[in-house]
Amino acid sequence: MAAMTLLSARGLSRSFGGLRAVNNVDFDLAEGEIRALIGPNGAGKTTFVSLLCGRIPASSGRVEFLGQDVTDLPAHKRISAGMSYTFQITSVFANLTLFENVALAIQPRLGNANLDQAIAAALTRVGLQDRTDQIAGDLAYGHQRLLEIAMGLGQQPKLLILDEPTQGLADGEISAFKSLIREVAAHTTILLIEHNIDVVMALADRITVLNFGEIIAEGKPDEIHANAAVQSAYLGG
Amino acid sequence: MNRALALHIGLIAVLFALQFTLPAYHHGNLARIMVLAVYAMGYNVMFGYTGLLSLGHAMFFTAGMYGMGMATRLWDVPVGPAFLIGVLAGSVFSLIVGILALRTKGVAFMIVTLMFSQATYLTILLFNDVTRGDEGFVIQQAKRQVAGIDLSDPGNRYLVALALFAIVLLATLRLVRSPTGRVLVAIRENEDRATMLGYDVWRHKLFAVVMSGTIAAAAGAAYGVLFGTVGASFAEVPFSILALLYVLLGGPGTVIGPFVGTLFMFYLRDISSSFTDAHLLVSGIVLVLLTLYARRGILGIVRERWLKWLP
Amino acid sequence: MEFGPHLILAMLEGLVQASVLTLTALGLSLVFGVMRVVNVAHGEFFMLGAVFAWWITSLIGGPAALAFVIALVVAPILVGLLAVAADWLVLRRVEYDPERTIVATIGLLFIIQQVTLMTYGPDAHPVAPPFNKRFAIPWFEFGENGFQMYWPWGLSTTTYKLFVIFGAIVAGLGLWLLMARSKLGLILRATQLDSEMAQAFGIPVERVYAFVFGLGAALAAFGAVLVVPIQQAHYLMGGDPLLLSFIVVIIGGLGSLRGTVVAAILIGMSDGIISVFFTPTLAKIMATLLVAMVLVYRPQGLFGTNAE
Repeated sequence: MAAMTLLSARGLSRSFGGLRAVNNVDFDLAEGEIRALIGPNGAGKTTFVSLLCGRIPASSGRVEFLGQDVTDLPAHKRISAGMSYTFQITSVFANLTLFENVALAIQPRLGNANLDQAIAAALTRVGLQDRTDQIAGDLAYGHQRLLEIAMGLGQQPKLLILDEPTQGLADGEISAFKSLIREVAAHTTILLIEHNIDVVMALADRITVLNFGEIIAEGKPDEIHANAAVQSAYLGG
Repeated sequence: MNRALALHIGLIAVLFALQFTLPAYHHGNLARIMVLAVYAMGYNVMFGYTGLLSLGHAMFFTAGMYGMGMATRLWDVPVGPAFLIGVLAGSVFSLIVGILALRTKGVAFMIVTLMFSQATYLTILLFNDVTRGDEGFVIQQAKRQVAGIDLSDPGNRYLVALALFAIVLLATLRLVRSPTGRVLVAIRENEDRATMLGYDVWRHKLFAVVMSGTIAAAAGAAYGVLFGTVGASFAEVPFSILALLYVLLGGPGTVIGPFVGTLFMFYLRDISSSFTDAHLLVSGIVLVLLTLYARRGILGIVRERWLKWLP
Repeated sequence: MEFGPHLILAMLEGLVQASVLTLTALGLSLVFGVMRVVNVAHGEFFMLGAVFAWWITSLIGGPAALAFVIALVVAPILVGLLAVAADWLVLRRVEYDPERTIVATIGLLFIIQQVTLMTYGPDAHPVAPPFNKRFAIPWFEFGENGFQMYWPWGLSTTTYKLFVIFGAIVAGLGLWLLMARSKLGLILRATQLDSEMAQAFGIPVERVYAFVFGLGAALAAFGAVLVVPIQQAHYLMGGDPLLLSFIVVIIGGLGSLRGTVVAAILIGMSDGIISVFFTPTLAKIMATLLVAMVLVYRPQGLFGTNAE
């Protein structure tokens, strides 16, 4: 199966002061796959995906998305081109209603037309349809994470980057999340930063392991499971 | 959703009806309040909706006022076209200021706008042979005519002020309920998140500044035409702070808030002037009290408690 | 007068301005550095220093020197206490939020200025200097008769002006000793670096802030008392020191005390020279635009280093 490459990075690096948070990473993502990005705390996962979507400018290296070099594009243009990024620390618009939150995600696509139905549909997918007029900041933490995901889905991106989406979710919510992602994966490529190893094993087609800003392993879930380098990175080698 | 539109048209209707019942003194005051409220509504687009706290909004009011005033004084342009020149001057000026000042954020943005505004004021003083500096100048009654209508007549003046007020009120209402207005609010609430939804934050901010500056310039030009005075005191720091005060008091991020704030503040100063000349004292006290106890302003509180749908 | 003596005179006048400016700007910079807030009412604390000095000296009467010394001590303390009260009643309650603090201190500016107008009145009042002996400054020249010392006409200054420079140096050194050598200075620097960490280590951050706000205002007031025998006290006199302090603090790099001193001396000195070439209004326009442009293009200040 020669899937198209959706996104690729070459020699991607970023340093903060003297610290190399991401060091010379080559990375390819095929269209349609679910890729998990794992690694110990401080491995540079969030920095790495931030470089991909342009939240943080790269110190060096290139990023290609849909066959186009996007390295010099600002974040908002990469998003318009079809990326979506949901924040690790929940960052919905806390003072606005759920309606407004999702509207902001959807309106670049639809304008003001048919917005109501589209918003209702997006909220229904994550099970928040009854809370449309609530203020987002009043939601429980788990519900705010779901709202984030609804916003990401509402953008109908080609690439959905989820930064620790299950953090703070209850078990029931996690299984709902898993089936949601499987459903979405039918027409969206997903890059998932995740700590919950069960979620990773259940969802990922392939897994990339990052440690000290470098890729130390990449492969199918069972391969990664057996990988000695990964074991030592997690257990402290 | 249309109760919001009804409310705003209702306000315009009430203001229209009041001209027949108000005594002359308050009739004159209300005309002035409506023009000042336009100035505040302009400020509200930038501060209330987009979250850009400028301390120099007087410079845009002044650009409109002097753009209009200079055109009539130096080149004898009739006040109608001169008004448009004033508005245009405000647009261009706010575009330039916006491009420069929007490189900064927060406190730096406040100081940069304050400095630009102060430089504008000083520039008026510097060229006092054409601007008449601190004294300002009067636009003669003979010149304040548009299509045979005498704008210095209190009745006409009230109607023109109301027309401008109504246009800007409905335009702001339309703006804030449009997708663009939603993005402005998103930028105010969380700039980073707005970027990550694919919005060009910088361009939206610049739009807000130009929109805001243009409306303020329209207020400045109209003030000159309707009340016949063009003066440097409108360029001074306290006049910038007045815009902030009107909006903070009425409710930042509400369409009618600026009008309510202007109305209250105007009469507060009017009443206090009977026992003290230090009118800035009232501004100072209200400013401190608002920052301490009522950050959402009058209509902000109304919206929070009772009318959740208030735009 | 020839160029050489003229330059010396301009530099001496500039040095007097620079001394007062250094103190005022240090106050603003200290507050920004430790508390991360901009105090727009800073110029009004300067003005209050001058007005209190007039009030105290006219209340005491007696020999000018004694009354002045008392004013030099008491006026800054009074202003400092007033600032502490403002901090406790207002700034603390807006949680030192940068934007709300600016808005609140604009309110304070209006209140202080207008209350002064209502009580002290619209007129300017002089304060007698404690001593004021004019003396000539000699100049050297190599003429036909070789090396020569003479006293050019007009090249003179007063003992009091020298005292202003001296007073500012003493106060500046005092501040440096406080910051660098005392336990209190250590607490201030710790709070500046990381207020949450400082709080965790048991430093009463709120009280530190109140103290710093008071100290900042007192420094401005001290500068004002020094300069009031040359300048007279007036309720609107706070505007220029505020603008100049802004320029100094922004050009020197926000919150850097060393940068502030360098910038204050530079700007205070050049202020006199600039006013020879430009009208005061044009000079002020350039000053305001300079502040704006530095913030737009070099927010770390002209002398500061980039944080990243």
